[in-house]
Order: sequence, then structure tokens, then C-alpha cells
Amino acid sequence: MGIGLSAQGVNMNRLPGWDKHSYGYHGDDGHSFCSSGTGQPYGPTFTTGDVIGCCVNLINNTCFYTKNGHSLGIAFTDLPPNLYPTVGLQTPGEVVDANFGQHPFVFDIEDYMREWRTKIQAQIDRFPIGDREGEWQTMIQKMVSSYLVHHGYCATAEAFARSTDQTVLEELASIKNRQRIQKLVLAGRMGEAIETTQQLYPSLLERNPNLLFALKVRQFIEMVNGTDSEVRCLGGHSPKSQDSYPVSPRSFSSPSMSPSHGMNIHNLATGKGSSTHFSGFESSCSNGVISNKAHQSYCHSKHTTTSLNVPELNNINVSRSQQVNSYSSNDVDMETDHYSNGVAETSSNGFLNGSSKHDHEMEECDTEMEVDSSQLRRQLCGGSQAAIERMIHFGRELQAMSEQLRRECGKNTANKKMLKDAFSLLAYSDPWSSPVGNQLDPIQREPVCSVLNSAILETHNLPKQPPLALAMGQASQCLGLMARSGIGSCAFATVEDYLH
Amino acid sequence: MKNAVIGNNKQKANLIVLGAVPRLLYLLQQETSSTELRTECAVVLGSLAMGTENNVKSLLDCHIIPALLQGLLSPDLKFIEACLRCLRTIFISPVTPEDLLYTDATVISHLMALLSRSRYTQEYICQIFSHCCKGPDHQTILFNHGAVQNIAHLLVSTSYKVRMQALKCFSVLAFENPQVSMTLVNVSVDGELLPQIFVKMLQRDKPIEMQLTSAKCLTSMCRAGAIRTDDSCIVLKTLPCLVRMCSKERLLEERVEGAETLAYLIETDVELQRIASITDHLIVMLADYFKYPSSVSAITDIKRLDHDLKHAHELRQAAFKLYASLGANDEDIRKKIIETENMMDRIVNGLSESSIKVRLAAVRCLHSLSRSVQQLRTSFQDHAVWKPLMKVLQNAPNEMLVVASSTLCNLLLEFSPSKEPILESGAIELLCSLTQSENLALRVNGIWALMNMAFQAEQKIKSDILRGLSTEQLFQLLSDSDVNVLMKTLGLLRNLLSTRPHIDHIMSTHGKQIMQAVTLILEGEHNIEVKEQTLCILANIADGTTAKELIMTNDDILQKIKYYMSHSNAKLQLAAMFCISNLIWNEEEGSQERQDKLRDIGIVDILHKLSQSSDPNLCDKAKTALQQYLA
Repeated sequence: MGIGLSAQGVNMNRLPGWDKHSYGYHGDDGHSFCSSGTGQPYGPTFTTGDVIGCCVNLINNTCFYTKNGHSLGIAFTDLPPNLYPTVGLQTPGEVVDANFGQHPFVFDIEDYMREWRTKIQAQIDRFPIGDREGEWQTMIQKMVSSYLVHHGYCATAEAFARSTDQTVLEELASIKNRQRIQKLVLAGRMGEAIETTQQLYPSLLERNPNLLFALKVRQFIEMVNGTDSEVRCLGGHSPKSQDSYPVSPRSFSSPSMSPSHGMNIHNLATGKGSSTHFSGFESSCSNGVISNKAHQSYCHSKHTTTSLNVPELNNINVSRSQQVNSYSSNDVDMETDHYSNGVAETSSNGFLNGSSKHDHEMEECDTEMEVDSSQLRRQLCGGSQAAIERMIHFGRELQAMSEQLRRECGKNTANKKMLKDAFSLLAYSDPWSSPVGNQLDPIQREPVCSVLNSAILETHNLPKQPPLALAMGQASQCLGLMARSGIGSCAFATVEDYLH
Repeated sequence: MKNAVIGNNKQKANLIVLGAVPRLLYLLQQETSSTELRTECAVVLGSLAMGTENNVKSLLDCHIIPALLQGLLSPDLKFIEACLRCLRTIFISPVTPEDLLYTDATVISHLMALLSRSRYTQEYICQIFSHCCKGPDHQTILFNHGAVQNIAHLLVSTSYKVRMQALKCFSVLAFENPQVSMTLVNVSVDGELLPQIFVKMLQRDKPIEMQLTSAKCLTSMCRAGAIRTDDSCIVLKTLPCLVRMCSKERLLEERVEGAETLAYLIETDVELQRIASITDHLIVMLADYFKYPSSVSAITDIKRLDHDLKHAHELRQAAFKLYASLGANDEDIRKKIIETENMMDRIVNGLSESSIKVRLAAVRCLHSLSRSVQQLRTSFQDHAVWKPLMKVLQNAPNEMLVVASSTLCNLLLEFSPSKEPILESGAIELLCSLTQSENLALRVNGIWALMNMAFQAEQKIKSDILRGLSTEQLFQLLSDSDVNVLMKTLGLLRNLLSTRPHIDHIMSTHGKQIMQAVTLILEGEHNIEVKEQTLCILANIADGTTAKELIMTNDDILQKIKYYMSHSNAKLQLAAMFCISNLIWNEEEGSQERQDKLRDIGIVDILHKLSQSSDPNLCDKAKTALQQYLA
């Protein structure tokens, strides 16, 4: 009996090891056969009742065997890729049981893998860096600093720069401006975001008509969502929904990291000790992934029973807006407070202040919120007729803009698709649970936000992406490439291991 | 001062010369000093102790140890920690006698009590214990002070250093100590038994130091019988771990320790020897131990050469030891060892190395391999191993002589081709002198080798042995208190008294003394084997031509033979019967008279009785004897 490895196409009528591209360990003489008819003394012989293991190490391309749980040492080195486990039987009536891990192995393979995992990690940890003293540290600090600046954590960036003796490349005021715009986008207040951008960077959007178009399409979506300032002021949602985006723009490439937002929301909620309050609150601002899902099913059942007609919608709206008004005094206080923090020229991070204030408020109005959460459902443009009209009007403007863009800049399929998708929302009675409903997900604000942020940074001659994000992306890509090229050590290294 | 001396041995020496130590010790001991001051003093002293060995000696001369031990009685933890740190540094220095720790009995119990104070006290105290525990006396003192219970829970400390030092403590406490080892298996920490904790510390992602030390703990426990040799924690965990420690990837120190520990683990268990022999090509892996300093290291850099040279002896002796253990019992393994590249040359070279440790290990290895008949006839002969072996035996210390003479015993077996040249190189004289040794093992080996030498030897050799030994010494050995010596001496006599001309020759010169000795032993309080051997000697004498008369004329002996023919033990009956057969054998001269005489004393009656015996051997033998009378 021979146990070993074969490449595709090796003759299956001969024992593994005898032919080219095949490798084997034979029981009768205990020799190893490395693509050759003559074997080398390797290990003990084996026979009925013995458990023989064959392990291919894809990191160093070697193979060793085990007998009854004892490692026999390396049998083959420099193995080619893509080998298949092979057992060759020679004696009539021979029987072999194969175990590919469905039963525990006799040999402690887990322990072996632990050793290699540690080796690979030590190799990464000890990778030689920098030729000159301190150069490496300076580079790391620059990466951290630029990341903080990029995302507008101005207070942190300032403190970090101070304690590491660095200069921040961008002016503080500029960082704060970007932060303000980002916050508006992430809160779904696109109209204000566009306005502020135009105010602070007058020529930016003029020079970037495609960007302006993308922002406007997003504004349209937010109108449908009922979160945009233009429809909100028409009596839709309680104003407090806008600032409730509790997650800072921390992700490196927003879409791929989106699940973490849901998690963060959850953490925050449990951290406050009353997740029910929070989810009630959250549903009003349609922010988190978790609450959205729960809500969707609820809405869906409602809407299937009642056909969509305007009077009915209005009725519901009236009752709802009343409800909202009944506690709006509380909320306005908080909102103003927060908003002023966001733009105030204080050195502290406006967002952090806002959110802590916010949590505090939340506890004060517990009871009302619970009532709110039980009755709340999502409605087109927040449920206001005026808002719907405004949205329809805005949609026509958008259509006009699209046509103008096409005239001026030629066809743009991306733009066309964007607009089509956005308009499709109106085709469904419940846009949130429609096939195009994911556009309404607050996470979709992130790519828009990051494109806008990058565009602003570019006008300052700063990198579109923070170097840290680039490095992370590079590392992830590199691991993917290693996996595709069959470099085994990538199995024991993940970028996440280093993101504590 | 503290800042001036850190990392600067020159400054340390300067301060010591200037007399800083007595002053520091004075301030440290002064009750009126503030604790801050006393602590700083201990820190500076600790820093001085980190210097050269001479610095440590100066500190010891100023009686620093009692002063620091006194400091441990302070209520202030910071001060205690500083004192312990300094004590630790002093005790791990090779110039400090470890007995200083045991001079005052209260010190150990106080240290045990301090173990609960902080992770630093734990680390330093464990380190002191593991460095100062040398030999069974120290082990017993620490054990009796509850070291096992006090240190066990430190194995799960959150601090790696504490875990590691606690583990080291156990490895020295349990080493060759059955009492500690038997206790350890039943101790549990947080519901987990110590062996399980040790096994976790063996995992391959743990630091090598930790894997190796826990393997040593488990090895001691296994050798003490506290863990079975077929327990999976030995077979599947400890053994493979130790084999890995022998691999080329490990540091030289680790490879030495790994091989020595493995040699100890498998020394007496053939199954473990078999598993080790197939694990990770261990036998081939060990061949690499002989390649230091390598030719590459000599060229590349001088530092590496120095490092290699320092470890070369240690590596070689460790490899020899492990080969000796591997080949102790299994013939196939011996064959594999000898087939390893240049193995015999390496042993031969090892036998003549300057380092006694290497020589001893090489002899051990040779001894283990000499148990193979095939190897004695082939590779041992090809490499003339007897030559360096005989050289090793000259003026060697006892420890070496024991193993070397044991090996010689095997080389002197009749089928061994080395026998002749060994004799020619004056082995008889050497072996005869061994039989006079105070050391029991040497006496046994000496007489044993002579016995082997005399087996089927030519007359000259036998005479040489008798002459070399002298009859006085022979009788001395026959009254030796050790039964092994007695048995081998009787064996020697029996081998000397074989083939008729030899029997007659020897009995003509030493007949009287031999007969006396035989009588003495048959009358004495000895076990069955001894008596049987003695009766066999008589049977040999009875086989001689002239020697027969020495028995026939000795009525006392004849009565004794008669007595043993009716003895309750069949073996003795059979041996006595051999005597009788030889005496009454028909074809020989004077057989008729002897038959008559023996009939007169009632032998024939006994023969008749025995021919009815249920024992087929006895029955057969009796019938054959009776036939001699009929013919």
C-alpha cells in the first residue's frame, strides 16, 4: 500500500510515488518515493491497523507523514502546487479508511498549526523596518495623523500632533468645515450639505458637475427617506432624527465596512443600559441596520393591507405629526445644542459633545419615545403632502439637470443609472422594502460622503484617501493575491488581527 | 550612585573599591533610615550585583546575604521587593554557594510566606529556589516547607515571568525525586491537575523555554512512576516535544537539554525507545550534533566559532547519551544507529576526547550498542573499538570504569572477534585488579569479564587468569557478600573447569583449595542458583580423568551429592545427578570401582527412586545412570 500525493493526470493504476508528479510512502518497505521507481529509506513499515497521516505544508511546500500519531519527519520538499491525496492499493482485498478531518486526527494537527501560526506572526512582527533610527516611528505617526485629519477628528488630530511634535498639514478651520459637511451628509441632510459646500468651497461643485449631480441624486433619495432638510421642515419628521447618526466616519473604505455600523449602534445602546429606548429612537431616524430590518417587516405587513392612496396617507400623517409635536420642545433644545457644538469654533470635537449630550437627553424623554416607537412607521417623505410635492418638484429639476449634463458633457451611464435607481423608489408602495430600497439605507450615505470629502481634500492638494487606509487596502489586496498564488502563509495572517 | 552604575561595570568596580558596599549595607540595615532610603540602597546593591563575578564576590565578602534576608522582615513591600531582587541576582551567580540559603531554617518559611505578596516577590523567590535547589537534600527542605502547594497556583499566574519561574521550580524539585513527583500528579490548580497544566505548557505555540521545562517536569514524573510510560501525555506530548527540541532549528543549549532529557525519559522503556526512534528522523537528526564547530562557522565569524566550540562537547555527549538510551534494548534500533553516517568513527573518536563527559557518554553509547551480537561481529571488529576502550580503562575514574568494564564484558563474549586482541593487550591484569575494587559494580564487571573470557578459552588463558587472580583473591571473591560477585566467580570456575585436560591440569594445581571452597559453599547459607552453580562445578570436576579422584576420595563431598539428589528442588537434583553420571560413566578407567563405591553409599537406591520421578528430565537422567550399572 502506498499513501501520498499526485498531480492531475497521473496514472491511477500505479502506486503513488513511482511516476512523475506523484509522491508516496509505501507500507511494505517504509520507503518514500519521490516521482521515482526507487525509494529512499524514510520511516517504519506499516500494516493492518496502523493509522498513517499525510500532511502537506503549503507554507514551505513540504510533506511529512505520521504513524499512529507520531510524526515521522519531512518526506518531501519543494512540492509543486495542486496535488491530490492519493492511496494506492496493490494487494487484492486491501481495505483503507480515509479521514479528511471528519473524525479527529490521531496526530495533534491543531498543535502543529498553532506553531506555524505563531511562526508567521513572529515573522510579521519582526519584519525588518526602516534603515534609520526613528524614521519608522515618524512615518507611523504621520499615517495616524493624516487619518485623523482626513476624517475630520480635529480635536484628536490636534492633540496627537501636539504630543508627537508634528505639524498638521491642513488648517484647523478647514478640517472643521469638512467635518461639518460630512456630518450633514451622514445625517441625510443633503440640501444643507450641498449649500454649505457651495458656501465654503464656491468653485468646487461648479468644476465637478458630476459630483454635484451625485449629491443631488442623494438629496432626492433623502427626500424620499424624509430626512433631507427641505422636506423635514415641511412637517415630516421630528428634527432630532438628523443628528442621530451615531457612528463617526471611521471606516477605511466605507461600503465594505458597513456591518460595523450596525454593531456600533448596538454597542452604544447596550452601553446605555436601555436598548429598547434606543431602538425606538433609532427607528425614527431610520439609522441603524438592526432596527431597520425589524422595522421593514412591520411596515410591510401594514402596507399590504392598506392600499396606497393619498387621503389615507394624510390622515396618518396628521396624527403622527401631532405626536411628534407633543415632545418636540424637548428635542429642539437638544438639537440646537448639538448643532451649535458642531459648528462652534471650539477645539473640542463637536461630534463627541453632541452625542454625549444627546444620550443624556434620551434618558430624560424615555416614556415618550417608547410610545413613539410603537406607533411609528416609515412614510414617503416623512408623510407630509407638502414634502411629497417638494420631492416631486425636486425630481423634475434633477431630471432637467441630468439632461443638461448630457448635453454638456456627453452620455454618462453611471449618472443615468443613478438617476433611474433613485426614481425607481417612487414605483413602490413601500420603497424601504423594495428591490431598490437599499438606497435608503443610511450606510449608502458613506460613499457619497467620502467622495465629497476626497474632492474637497483634492482642492487643498491633499490625498484623496488617507495613507493609512491605502496601506490597509494594500495589505488586504496583498493577502488576497497570496491566496490566489498559493502562498500558504496568508492563511495565518489577517489584517483584522492587527486592528485592535 | 544608582544612575552612575547602571550598565557600567567599571563604575561598579570603582564604587566597590571606594568602600560603598559596607556604607550601603549600613544604611540599609539602619532602622532609623527611611524606607525610601533603604529601598534605594537595596536597588544600588542589586545593580552592583548585576556586574561581574568579582563584584558579586565583593558583595558576598561584605555579608550582604544576611543583611538582605534581614530586610525581608520589613513591612514595606517595595523594600522587600528590592531586597529580593538583589538576592535573586546574587543567588543566580555561579560564585554564590547555594547553601547560604539554607543556613537559617526560618528563611525558607519566610520566603514561602512572602510568595503571596506580589508578582515580583513570586518571580524572584521562585527564581531563587530554582537556582538554589541542588540535590535531594535541598529538594526535601523545600518540599517540607510546602513548596509544592505554595508554588502550584503560580503556574496559572497572569504574568509570564511568574509562570515560567514557577515551572522551573517544579522541574528542579521533581528531578530524580520520586517523593515530589508522586505528589505533583495529584495537585490541582483551579480544578486542573498539574500534569494537564504542564501539557498545556508543552503546546507548540508556547515559548521554547516553557515547552522544554514542562517536558522536563513530565519526564521526572514519568521516571518516578507517577505517570505511566504509555500515558498519552508522555507518548503523544512529552516525547514528541523533546524530539522537536533536538531539531536543527533550536538553539544549541536547547538541543543539548532536549537530548539529555529525552535520553532520561526513554532510558528504561523499550516502547518509548521505539517511538522515539521513528519520530522525526531523530537518529539522523542527532548525527548533526557532531558537526560543531562547522567548517562554515570557522570562516564566517569568530564569535560564532567561539559559541560553537563552547557547545561542541556538550552537544556530542548529549547525542551519545541519547543514542545509548535509544539502543538500550532494541536490536533494530541499534542497527539503525550504527548505520548512521560515520557512527562508529564518532564513537571511537569520542572515546579518546579530552572531555571526560564526552568520553563517558561515548562509552555508554558503545556499551548500549555492544549488546548486539551482530554488531560485535561486524562494525565493532571493523573499527577495532577495543583499542580506545582499553585506553579509557587505564586510570579512569570509577564512574567511567563501571561502564567501560561492562562494555568489555560484552566484547569478551566467546563469539566476539575482539576477544583475542583484548587479551593480548593485557586485559587479564586489568580485570583482575578490578575484582579487588571497593566498588561493587567494578568487582562484578571484573569477574564477569573474566568469566566471559574463560569461556571455551585455551589452556594458557585459563592459567593466566588463575595466576593473575591468585587463589587468595579467588577465595576472597567466593566469600564476597554480594551474590552477583559470587555467582560470576562460580561461573568463572565452571568455565575454567571445562574440557578434560584443563580440568585435570587445574585440579592438579589448585584441587585442594577448590574442593575446600566447594564444600564451604555447599554447607553455607546460599540461594538455589548458587548451590546449583556449585554442583555444576563438581560435575565438571567429575568429568576430569584424574580430577575424579578428588571427589571419590572425599566422603564428605559424596554425602553432599547424595543429599542433593534427594533435595526438594529439581534443579539441584539434576545438577547432583550430572556429577553422578560423570563419576559412573562406563567407558572410563576405574568406572567399576567408582560404581561400587557409590552403590555402597546408597546412590543406586536413590537412582531407582528417581527413575520413577514425575519430572521427565530427572527420570531420564536416572534411567541413563542405572544403565551404566547394567552394562
